[in-house]
Amino acid sequence: MKILIVDDEKDVEMLFRQKFRKEIKSGNLELVFAFSGREALEILEESNPPSVMYMFSDINMPGMSGLELLDEVKARFPDLKVSMISAYGDQENHDKAMDSGATGFFTKPIDFDSLKKEINNLLQ
Amino acid sequence: MNVEIIIAIILFSYLRRSTLTYEVPLRWKKPLKWGLIASIIVGILDISTLLGDVLGKVLSIFLVGAVIYGILRYKELDKGRQLVFAWLPLLILSLAIEVVEYFFPRFYNRWDDYFLLAIFCAFAWGIAMWINNNKQRKALEREKIKSLAREQEFKATEQMKIMLEKQVGERTSALTKQKEELEKTLEELKSTQAQLIHAEKMASLGELTAGIAHEIQNPLNFVNNFSEVSSELLDEMSEELQKGDIEEVKALVEDIKLNLEKINHHGKRADAIVKGMLMHSRNNSEQKSLTDINALAEEYLRLSYHGLRAKDKSFNANFKVELEPDLARINIVPQDIGRVFLNLFNNAFYAVNQHAKNLREKGIEGYMPTVVLSTALYSNQGKGNVVITIGDNGMGIPDSIKAKIFQPFFTTKPTGEGTGLGLSLSYDIIKAHGGDLEVGNHDSTEHLHGETELMEGCRGTVFTITLPYDKTEALI
Repeated sequence: MKILIVDDEKDVEMLFRQKFRKEIKSGNLELVFAFSGREALEILEESNPPSVMYMFSDINMPGMSGLELLDEVKARFPDLKVSMISAYGDQENHDKAMDSGATGFFTKPIDFDSLKKEINNLLQ
Repeated sequence: MNVEIIIAIILFSYLRRSTLTYEVPLRWKKPLKWGLIASIIVGILDISTLLGDVLGKVLSIFLVGAVIYGILRYKELDKGRQLVFAWLPLLILSLAIEVVEYFFPRFYNRWDDYFLLAIFCAFAWGIAMWINNNKQRKALEREKIKSLAREQEFKATEQMKIMLEKQVGERTSALTKQKEELEKTLEELKSTQAQLIHAEKMASLGELTAGIAHEIQNPLNFVNNFSEVSSELLDEMSEELQKGDIEEVKALVEDIKLNLEKINHHGKRADAIVKGMLMHSRNNSEQKSLTDINALAEEYLRLSYHGLRAKDKSFNANFKVELEPDLARINIVPQDIGRVFLNLFNNAFYAVNQHAKNLREKGIEGYMPTVVLSTALYSNQGKGNVVITIGDNGMGIPDSIKAKIFQPFFTTKPTGEGTGLGLSLSYDIIKAHGGDLEVGNHDSTEHLHGETELMEGCRGTVFTITLPYDKTEALI
């Protein structure tokens, strides 16, 4: 299963790869990274329907914000599951994301246990 | 009437008159009066021949002798001395002739014409002296009147002077009081200004905190995440060791090492942000140091962006950086220049955000709010300028207020949102560095950043900071 993670912090990639080391190693999980909303859209558009099953996106990014990306993605690929990750765990962002059709809302620092649970649910 | 008594009358009456003008002391008034009365009586009796020739003569000589003696003897009667000299020749001559006439009548008769001539000459002398004396006296009187007038004038001047001095004194004390009051006000203004500058620093620090919180939170998250994941990896490693999979253990060791590097990197990142914040708020940090302008500008661009984003959820904008890679380090006060950057970035983001809101309300789409930071170096033989431009494609600044934007307390923001000191302080800081801060619209500085397509349809604003660059300074 292919998962896309969008965050402008590049070290996120290394962190995720280590956190899901076992899952990646076993071949159950494939992680793809994008460092901006634009890049994420490019990756999603590579194939139709997209090969990505789930997208996790940071909200606070320069240029296109995570919420804008969410709207864009939901408009183009309504079936793609999208969860948001934000450093600001405020109600406003949460409600906005949920209204736009987000599956989940995670706050930073990321609780990897719950994230893993979410992904493992998908894998089963 | 004989000559002696006439002269006596003249002298007495002259001296008596002089007592009226105080030229002769008053205590002489009485003796002089009696002398005059006596002389007049003797004179009348002499004319009426009631007295004998000899007695009349003797009394006359006595009176004239007394007055002459008095004049010559007492200094107080000096006034009459001139008159004595005028009439003395006539007096002596007439006496001598009378003696001659009496004792040598023949001799007198023979030379009688010459004696008459001599008398006439002495008389003429007396008259001449008298006229001269009078003239002198009148001249003296005129002189006296003049000097009296002068004295009065002098007195008036003195009085005027005293009055003026008093006035000057009053004015001086009033002015001194005023000066002291002004100095006090100036002192108060200075301290108010210092407080305002501090308040502005604190206000900009407040604007920073949200950005800083985000900027610190991110590296802290990484520190926590990487340390957690490292501990997990160590668990895995001990499992692999038991299994005896040495290759996997080696890979895990590599990962853990990288993680520790990441922890260190992000720890330092947070550290630098806190240090920067402390420097920003410090009050008297005038220390200049060689600074990488590119890094400083980018740091504050990020802080500004994240700060605004944290405050206003609806805020978003693009930013672009076009940095001159070979930009020399220049000698500046980093926290001061940092404040200028922060201020200009905040303004730029504010402008594009406002513009985006306005366009959204009007239903116009397709606007891409953008802030562009660019740096350039213009130097010739090691000297020149570092030019930093901060451009936006917001609503632009109308020409009518362009001249005012650097004035203290000028702000276009709603009350409570801006202190109106940001640009004024920025201007002062850049000037204190020997540089220049200018504002223009996008067209005027197009050559400085080639991203014209970003700005299409929008006037935008470009702030240009020019800072002096001297290679020799950088070598020290």
